[in-house]
Amino acid sequence: MAVPKQKSQPASRQEAQAADVLDASHVRADFPILDRDIHGKKLVYLDNAASTQKPRAVIDAVKHYYERYNSNVHRGVHHLSQEATFAYEGARKRVQALLNAEDDSEIIFTRGTTEAINLVAQTYGRANLGPGDEVLISVMEHHSNIVPWQLVCEQTGATLKAVPIDEHGALVMDELERLLTEKTKIVALGHISNSLGTINPIQKIAAMAHAVSAVLVVDGAQGLPHARVDVRELDADFYAFSGHKVYGPTGIGGLYGRRELLDAMPPWQGGGDMILTVAIDRSTYNDPPFRFEAGTPNIAGAIGLAAALDYVDSLGYERVAAHEAELLAYGTAALEQIEDLRLIGTAPEKAGVLSFVMDGAHPHDVGTILDQEGIAIRTGHHCAQPVMEHFCVPATARASIGIYNTREDIDALVRGLRKVREVFG
Amino acid sequence: MSDLRELYQSVILDHNKHPRNFGALDGATHKADGHNPLCGDKINLQLIVEDGVVTDVAFEGEGCAISTASASVMTETLKGRTLRDVEALFGRFHDLVTGKGGGDLDELGKLAVFAGVSEFPIRVKCATLSWHTLRAALEGAGAPATTE
Ligand SMILES: Cc1ncc(COP(=O)(O)O)c(C=O)c1O
Repeated sequence: MAVPKQKSQPASRQEAQAADVLDASHVRADFPILDRDIHGKKLVYLDNAASTQKPRAVIDAVKHYYERYNSNVHRGVHHLSQEATFAYEGARKRVQALLNAEDDSEIIFTRGTTEAINLVAQTYGRANLGPGDEVLISVMEHHSNIVPWQLVCEQTGATLKAVPIDEHGALVMDELERLLTEKTKIVALGHISNSLGTINPIQKIAAMAHAVSAVLVVDGAQGLPHARVDVRELDADFYAFSGHKVYGPTGIGGLYGRRELLDAMPPWQGGGDMILTVAIDRSTYNDPPFRFEAGTPNIAGAIGLAAALDYVDSLGYERVAAHEAELLAYGTAALEQIEDLRLIGTAPEKAGVLSFVMDGAHPHDVGTILDQEGIAIRTGHHCAQPVMEHFCVPATARASIGIYNTREDIDALVRGLRKVREVFG
Repeated sequence: MSDLRELYQSVILDHNKHPRNFGALDGATHKADGHNPLCGDKINLQLIVEDGVVTDVAFEGEGCAISTASASVMTETLKGRTLRDVEALFGRFHDLVTGKGGGDLDELGKLAVFAGVSEFPIRVKCATLSWHTLRAALEGAGAPATTE
């Protein structure tokens, strides 16, 4: 992703290396799975937008929890429960620190982005929407940032509107401005598009939304893996993310929400941990974040998530972003050399996603042929059917870049695509 | 590449590039839509059945090479077959692409070129979409066929 390089001029080349450049071979050694052969070929993993691989540090953190202090949180007086609670709440503090949230009560653990967005829709949305109100999304959203809003609009009588995108896959900002009115109560947009790679100008959109007193919900599933996210700088009211896309476990993710918004929100799911007192006729509810975390949470997942964020932080977000930007530029240039290949998503501000279609070869066939070469990419509609419709394609093939990818991976992809040409002429 | 060559046989590539019986059919007695949500493949199948015999069949839609070729070869194979033949053929074809044999390859005729699909379990649904759609059309089920 395009993040400004270090501003101060490094004194020497070595310093430049240390400051700016991610040592991919060092990173690769941290990911046990990258040793694997697939169909007799070295694994080339380019499906990071779907899910990332896990470094040893994450695997070990999860394993250590299960082997040494597995226990429920927030309830036992015994030692293991205290350790587990300490680790779980410690994970929340790590997430808070890394997102630069003001308070750790602003971090709610969820199963992932999908659950986080549903949570906002069913609590904040349900409480604040009514007939005549509008929710504004965009055409490039993942289904998980479309369907929850359709549901809550149906329930409340509010109307769902979508900002169009241009031929490069960037938001049409004039249309956004036009669609944003006093009726708009919620603006829900992706930070980075999973199908196109487009990076949206969140900070600017936050100012526009706040000018009409709407809240901004950011789908950060693809944002957090690629850039340092500072929720206060972005001025997002809610920020949803998934652990498995940022080198952490599946089944864990979270929602950042501004405390005064969370305070006013009704609970979503009912159960243990989210209550203060329960009588048969009524209950009183706990404070955020616990009000929104009914039941035993994914303790191991939260611990693994914190380990993952620490891992990425140790590499340096700026270096991660620079590394991915470099590979994106290299990959874009390489794919442009392939005959009859069209890149889908060419916005000026773009993260490491290479979505494409090839004349005469369906993405599904492209995926199968690449798989035989050990290359993992995603093919299909990427849970973004409106995007496919916009570009008039049934599906795309998508290579997406992560921290352990190298130029060799891109070269392997290009060789694989030449094989596709051999088969399909 | 050997499994790949098995999968993408020249007959399949040819039918993908030049699908047979592609288009709409006048006077269709049976029709159905099929959809594979996994990859977005879509097919519309139309048939004319007279006295229990398929006299004409055509399809439209878009999909990967396997699903397009499978639909194309299927339409060629169906013409002149009785409905009972058709059902038996589907069973054999299904066995073939799922690696359960499929019996006498001669009886499968050109359909035998899809044997390589059995090495690619993820692609079985591509090969069978047109057949599921066929069954939906013949059963007159109102709902579109899906591979799910
Ligand atoms: C942009 C975007 N939003 C939301 C999601 C949903 O994330 P999850 O399935 O982890 O809840 C994804 C993941 O595919 C995504 O890429």
